Amino acid sequence: MVIVGMAAVTVLTRFTGYWILGNYRLSARTQSILEAVPVSVLTAIIAPMVLATGPAETLAAVVTLLAAWRLPTLVAIICGVVSVVVLRGLI
Amino acid sequence: MSSQTPETIRTSFIAGLIHMFPMLIGMVPFGLLIGAMGKQAGLETWEIMLMNGAVFAGASQFIALDMWQSPLPGFTIIATTLMVNLRHVLMGAAAAPYVKKMPTAPRTVFLFAMADENWAMYMRRAISHKSLSVAYVMGLTVPFYLNWQLWSYLGTQLGGLIENPESLGFDYVFTVVFLLLVFGFWKTDRRLSPIITSACTALIVQYLLPGTWYIFIGALAGIAAAALSYKKDENHER
Repeated sequence: MVIVGMAAVTVLTRFTGYWILGNYRLSARTQSILEAVPVSVLTAIIAPMVLATGPAETLAAVVTLLAAWRLPTLVAIICGVVSVVVLRGLI
Repeated sequence: MSSQTPETIRTSFIAGLIHMFPMLIGMVPFGLLIGAMGKQAGLETWEIMLMNGAVFAGASQFIALDMWQSPLPGFTIIATTLMVNLRHVLMGAAAAPYVKKMPTAPRTVFLFAMADENWAMYMRRAISHKSLSVAYVMGLTVPFYLNWQLWSYLGTQLGGLIENPESLGFDYVFTVVFLLLVFGFWKTDRRLSPIITSACTALIVQYLLPGTWYIFIGALAGIAAAALSYKKDENHER
């Protein structure tokens, strides 16, 4: 029963946003604000890990961004994960 | 949407799968862990798989299993699940203008299995105006969904193989991918205010409030910053 309840509220959260906005024609302003949702959600998810966990996590984030500046995404991902493992071991 | 030969359908599906690949690997220890945790909490295998299949939201599942004891605090678990997954409302709203162009069946599949990871990849593609074929979206979504079922099932059978996904940096895979996505979104529209506002708010809320309120409130703050700065942009243009 509790699992079914968990599933029900989760499915509800997944479909509600679409139900609310799916049938409207959106203004340029609304469209522009909605395009800020991904950065806002993703930044909020990672902010504590990147900025408030420890020096290893923060430095590895810097390494990731530096790598992404010149290298392909997959290489940058590997650089970031390897550097956090190494830095966690060192610090 | 270009012509849908079997060839292009397969290519698009694989493109989606490749974009998700690092996260498919990153999920492995968490899947094993959630299966093992479910068993430890006293759930039957079918109950764990029902939760994986129907809830399919890792963070809320970990939190729920953490609270799973007798007598079962059912209402608290369901309310917490709702709170943790509230960000889906924002995510669904942001995806709505693009999702409504999809046929009903794949749209339902995508929304039902919409998680941070496949939604973020979807939005990256949507906002940069690249072609968003149904096959690509299914390539993002279907392997990702099945991957979670596979590893969590193995977790119920293998037990406490993985105690600590952090030790090998698996937890950081998601951080790195999300960071690069934020970087990519920023390169497209050069808006810094939502990022800074969301990060600062999330840090403050995480310090002040328990649980994962920092995600929802941080995200709302970032969106509010975007709304406020849009007005300014208009004024500059006049």
